[in-house]
Amino acid sequence: MKQKFNIITSTCVPLPLENVDTDQIIPARFLKATTREGFGDNLFRDWRYNADGSLNKDFVLNNPLYGGQVLVAGKNFGSGSSREHAAWAIADYGFRVVVSSFFADIHKNNELNNFVLPVVVSEEFLKELFASIEKDPKMEVEVDLPNQTITNKATGRSEHFEINAYKKHCLINGLDDIDFLVANKDKIEAYEQHR
Amino acid sequence: MNTLFDKIWDAHVVQQINEGPTQLYIDRLYCHEVTSPQAFDGLRARGLKCFRPGHIYCMPDHNTPTHDQDKPIQDPVSRKQVDALARNAADFGITHFGMMNPKNGIIHVVGPERGLTLPGMTIVCGDSHTSTHGAMGAVAFGIGTSEVEMVLASQCILQTRPKTMRITIDGKLGKGVTPKDVALYMMSKMTTSGATGYFVEYAGEVVRNMSMEGRLTLCNLSIEMGARGGMVAPDETTFEYIKGREYAPKGEEWEKSVAYWKTLKSDDDAVFDKEVRYDAADIEPMITYGTNPGMGMGITQSIPTTEAMSEVEKTSFEKSMHYMGFQPGESLLGKKVDYVFLGACTNGRIEDFRAFASIVKGRHKADNIVAWLVPGSWMVDAQIREEGLDKVLAEAGFEIRQPGCSACLAMNDDKIPAGKYSVSTSNRNFEGRQGPGARTLLASPLVAAAAAVTGVITDPRDLL
Repeated sequence: MKQKFNIITSTCVPLPLENVDTDQIIPARFLKATTREGFGDNLFRDWRYNADGSLNKDFVLNNPLYGGQVLVAGKNFGSGSSREHAAWAIADYGFRVVVSSFFADIHKNNELNNFVLPVVVSEEFLKELFASIEKDPKMEVEVDLPNQTITNKATGRSEHFEINAYKKHCLINGLDDIDFLVANKDKIEAYEQHR
Repeated sequence: MNTLFDKIWDAHVVQQINEGPTQLYIDRLYCHEVTSPQAFDGLRARGLKCFRPGHIYCMPDHNTPTHDQDKPIQDPVSRKQVDALARNAADFGITHFGMMNPKNGIIHVVGPERGLTLPGMTIVCGDSHTSTHGAMGAVAFGIGTSEVEMVLASQCILQTRPKTMRITIDGKLGKGVTPKDVALYMMSKMTTSGATGYFVEYAGEVVRNMSMEGRLTLCNLSIEMGARGGMVAPDETTFEYIKGREYAPKGEEWEKSVAYWKTLKSDDDAVFDKEVRYDAADIEPMITYGTNPGMGMGITQSIPTTEAMSEVEKTSFEKSMHYMGFQPGESLLGKKVDYVFLGACTNGRIEDFRAFASIVKGRHKADNIVAWLVPGSWMVDAQIREEGLDKVLAEAGFEIRQPGCSACLAMNDDKIPAGKYSVSTSNRNFEGRQGPGARTLLASPLVAAAAAVTGVITDPRDLL
């Protein structure tokens, strides 16, 4: 899980829908596992498969034209349930970056805690990116975490994205919050005594 | 000039990380079976103990069947997850209210009713509806499993401080308009992302006059506007509700606590990042027509049309209409319904059962309706029987099931079949939420009861 993050250049998988909730990313009936592995098989399960279990050929993950480590989605991605299984499914499927113009709070944290980078771009950038992918499914984006930039390589358009310095340090160095918290126990005990 | 949120948040800051999040101390962690097993395994893998097991309470609720809870769960995968929670609680020395324990129920119903949730606390759970507990005057929010592991390991969490929003609802609610309708109305105005990034305080005459159960419903749905959490300043209603509850402070400790809780309100000159006002007179009984909770309307209104929408909006909207089998511009009154679900952390409390019973009393369940009435906890179940509501419901043809999350997310057997319409008092109408292909219409217990006795979408005001 703790994959170090630097610069990723990849083709994209477009999902031009708004308000994609975590129930769609991974339906509740697949939350019964007690490990973190294997959720990628059921990523977007009910959109990927028809009711009879056959592949839904119209869904983008089943379209051989599209692939890569970057998922591009419409605004308000990851709303609803706090299930981290959604982030596990995205990571397990092989995505390292999710690009959208807006993320739901809890899901955004869950992605970061699983070394998947949520990149918030402007509506204009997103619209152009969808258009570029539609024109050429093999076009690439470059996501540069150290410099906090994302570039649409088809148009050359580049945009700065926000991430706090602490989390950026964690992603680049493959560290997680528990490492940090456990190393700070003395501060926690001091807080408990003085509250 | 601090807000209620600021006061509680600031009192829990262990440290502020330079150019990073806040390390926040957590007073209460609740764990259910779905979002905790990987966190406990994470502790084991790191060789860590639970840091403050006394602050943590565990109970299964998502997978629990709503019948025959005294027998082993039939679905082996569900059983494994429920058993794993019991084992994890035992291994790490944490209190666990298992199935059939009189203290078991939906975690967000049990916490407040047992006095485990108190004003001024910071509360988290691997569940987005943790926002419910904010009704008691707490900072409560949902987290992911990695964050559950953080709290198990250190009783702390790293969080970016959210912005603050105050939503003031003044005036008086009309006949048949419940806290659920207030929430559905706000969502329809605000959309499911309108409060993202904010922590909401609910204020105004409507909220002040609301019962504790009503405030719990209101705060429960904060997440459906995208809010990090929602809260109500504690007042006499809150203190009255808490007093004498099992885990609530007693004697001298009670007096001390109330004195502190009384300081927990936004100062008169407090500045919020955003202020929103609604008028109670504009709110009627609500119902949703689409596949996110923001797609709601007054029950007498019609589904919006697509003219004013952008291309991407239109694509999402049409996908939603197709899933629901509805046409833009149509009214839902008189539409045939197949299932009615009363329950969930949203509307599984005693007041919700009273409301439902008030409509079905002296009437009878419609033949085309399958109704699932699921109390939020054994305590709610006991109160239903104490008040004789069970008899009213039985005479009208309704049976009461055993407590749990049930058809809200259908992780147990309570699944709405594909294509069927369900009027549900739960919190989400997402595609497949109540079972693959299920079509959910979110509404209040009154609207659910009206549908249950007429078999169609009905304005409950016609039956009151």
